[in-house]
Amino acid sequence: MNDVSVLIGGKAGEGINSAGAIVAQLLNHLGYRIYIYFDYPSLIRGGHNFAIIRGSERDIGTCRNPVDFVLALNEETIERHKEKHSQNTVIIANKDLVKNAAYGIPVKAILAEEKAPVIMGNSALIGGFARVAGIEWEVVDAVFRRHLPKGADQNLAVAKRAFDLFDPVRPIKKGGNLPQSLVSGNEAIGLGLIRGGLDAYISYPMTPSSGILHFLAELKERFGISVVHPENEIAVILMALGFAYAGKKSAVGTSGGGFCLMTEGLSFAGMAEIPLVLVVSQRTGPSTGLPTFTGQADLQFVLHAGQGEFPRMIVAPGDAQEALFWSERAMDIAWECQCPVFILADKTLSEGTYSIDPAAARPLSGPGAFLWNGSVPYRRYEKAESGISPLAFPGTTDAVVKVNSYMHDEAGITTEDAESSNQMTEKRLKKWETLIEMAQHPPCVTQSGIPGASTALLCWGSVKGVCDEAAAELGIRVVRPIVLAPFPVDPIKQALRGVTRLIVVEENATAQLAALAERHGIIAHEKILRYDGRPFTVDDLVARVKEAGI
Amino acid sequence: MTRPLITSAQNTWCPGCGNFALQHTLKNLLSDREKEGKSLDDVVLVSGIGCHAKIADYLNINSFYSLHGRAIPAATGIKLANPALTVICCVGDGDAYAEGLDHLIFAAKRNIDITVIVHNNRVYGLTTGQYTPTSPLGFKGKSTPSGTAEYPLNPVELMLASGAGFIARGYTRKMDLLKGLIREGIAHRGFAFIDVLQICATFFPATDYYDSHVYELPATGSGNFEAACALAREWDYNSDARIALGTFFTRVSPSFEERMIPVPVRKEERERAIQVLLEART
Repeated sequence: MNDVSVLIGGKAGEGINSAGAIVAQLLNHLGYRIYIYFDYPSLIRGGHNFAIIRGSERDIGTCRNPVDFVLALNEETIERHKEKHSQNTVIIANKDLVKNAAYGIPVKAILAEEKAPVIMGNSALIGGFARVAGIEWEVVDAVFRRHLPKGADQNLAVAKRAFDLFDPVRPIKKGGNLPQSLVSGNEAIGLGLIRGGLDAYISYPMTPSSGILHFLAELKERFGISVVHPENEIAVILMALGFAYAGKKSAVGTSGGGFCLMTEGLSFAGMAEIPLVLVVSQRTGPSTGLPTFTGQADLQFVLHAGQGEFPRMIVAPGDAQEALFWSERAMDIAWECQCPVFILADKTLSEGTYSIDPAAARPLSGPGAFLWNGSVPYRRYEKAESGISPLAFPGTTDAVVKVNSYMHDEAGITTEDAESSNQMTEKRLKKWETLIEMAQHPPCVTQSGIPGASTALLCWGSVKGVCDEAAAELGIRVVRPIVLAPFPVDPIKQALRGVTRLIVVEENATAQLAALAERHGIIAHEKILRYDGRPFTVDDLVARVKEAGI
Repeated sequence: MTRPLITSAQNTWCPGCGNFALQHTLKNLLSDREKEGKSLDDVVLVSGIGCHAKIADYLNINSFYSLHGRAIPAATGIKLANPALTVICCVGDGDAYAEGLDHLIFAAKRNIDITVIVHNNRVYGLTTGQYTPTSPLGFKGKSTPSGTAEYPLNPVELMLASGAGFIARGYTRKMDLLKGLIREGIAHRGFAFIDVLQICATFFPATDYYDSHVYELPATGSGNFEAACALAREWDYNSDARIALGTFFTRVSPSFEERMIPVPVRKEERERAIQVLLEART
């Protein structure tokens, strides 16, 4: 199995992210599937940033230790990550700043010779890396021209000088795949929402969800959508509800802290039966926590947020491909069921970059929103067997559309009548049944690893990648619900058939999925938890599973 | 189609409540609109929570009965979604000046074309009598039995500072003037703010005070910002002074929705754009 990891590190503001993207494209063009993990502190300039770019012949969504190559823009990059090195790790560094690197590049001199700006220094490191890794110059040339078209000639000239300094001492084998599209989880969510018919994305910046806001704001003309950044998250969700009331498909995005402010609006969406997609991308909490690090500690919060009882769906994609698929599906479900649907992500997924297949199957489109047929009088909350009443929007002839945060009657007018309260509560809760049905197609629980194994890992969200690899190595099974509400208890039990030992893997301190599963009679024997804000790596998880006992 | 403008919902305002005058005024404006041949299907009433908000139940038009303090952001979303709609926002003084103050300021700052009517009775009625941001210093309410220790806000001054393009003050016992102000506010292209003094028959029955202090400004609104500021400061919602009614300030500038409206892109075009983007990432 061909597998290669490259760590690139330096100070914030030195272009680690864009250099990492070029390294990833080099591996993509060598026939590898890609995962990039980006690690950075909460500051704008200075501090230590690093990215790990991993290529593998199969789909991946996690990192492994040790790394094969280190591209060091400074000494700290080498010192800080010693635990990720092996005897075979090759260090390629800026000779001006790093002493004793095996492959030192005189960046300053090269830039002077090419009269190139400082920012092109990273191209020298990439050129040096390409040569040491045995990547043909034609590939380097093609990738730079395709992905760094502005100033490609000069960047290539800088890269070539470094390329020519070395020999192909640690050649990477060619992989067997055609290049795929490299997108971040946040971009995949944005594209999925667009496919779902998004008209308006409304968000207040908050790491790690901001990438969706930036991505959609940049492309709003191309997609013909509104992108609004209001005064706070309370305004965000209320504006989104205003859009939906007027018939426009809206979505909001935030992280835990911002979602706290949205809970009154969420409960309103539940009561008033207004369709809404909410992206909540988790970071390490509680409170401000570790703003730029990951976590899975908001499952129970999202599951229970908002006063009162109302149906909701929670979808937790495991990688960018699933994020693309389920974000489209989430919009459909929200409008078919007229209820809030969550896309629960985390920093690992949101800001990680993955290979996705642009031609992958899309969700089958459902019947669409149930619209009013014009029979007068229009009643927004008309009784319905399924609990789903016909939608009409203001501006429609002869439809008086009344939505209401109070308990209301069929026309949407406030009522305190006991019988009506019962009926309306039951009408809303009926939608759970429709949601359960919708969660079955496509399959809401995945099984991977070794299907017949009697030991299984139970996990959710972005730990998919690491669990799949660890399980393959250990010869065990992985069962992962993608839909977490309504909890797909039967499909999970089916996927767990024959399992005698169940180990939960989560990136939180209290095993929130385990608690949810236990409530439904699925008992985990062991819990492997990580909550330092860093994602599990394969070697880390393999050791922890062995320690727990297979 | 003409329609009954009042629903069958039972009215639960106290006898003598200022809200009746506002409801009557809005009903007359809606009726006028129908007579002018304009459809009421394009009108949306957005309310907050409080006594004022029951108007969403009582008027037989599209309504969005929102949360306390949260009428304005919902109204903003509705207008952005469909600029052809006429969006009227009925809010209370607790609603707009306390719980949702940020939204009021930002709506003015953005110049979103909605009309905000503040039912300002200067007391919380539905929660049975606490002070609001416009209650006078020393107001004795249930949460401040020995009197408030803070001065009231001056919402007219606040709206001037926030960039509102239409700022007016009405009084529920001057109904002709009030109707004119709301009509002008709705016609104003951009954000319109009307602070409406009304009594709370139960917790702040200030009829005699208002009757003896109010006077009407000249009919045409002024675009002179400095003059408007001076006029706004004449009565600070606290001290004993004459209370001007009418339009304090008007200025027309491009509205938020005009600047924000997207050019629609067909579904197939969108999908093509996605494919182009994914291809560029290979």
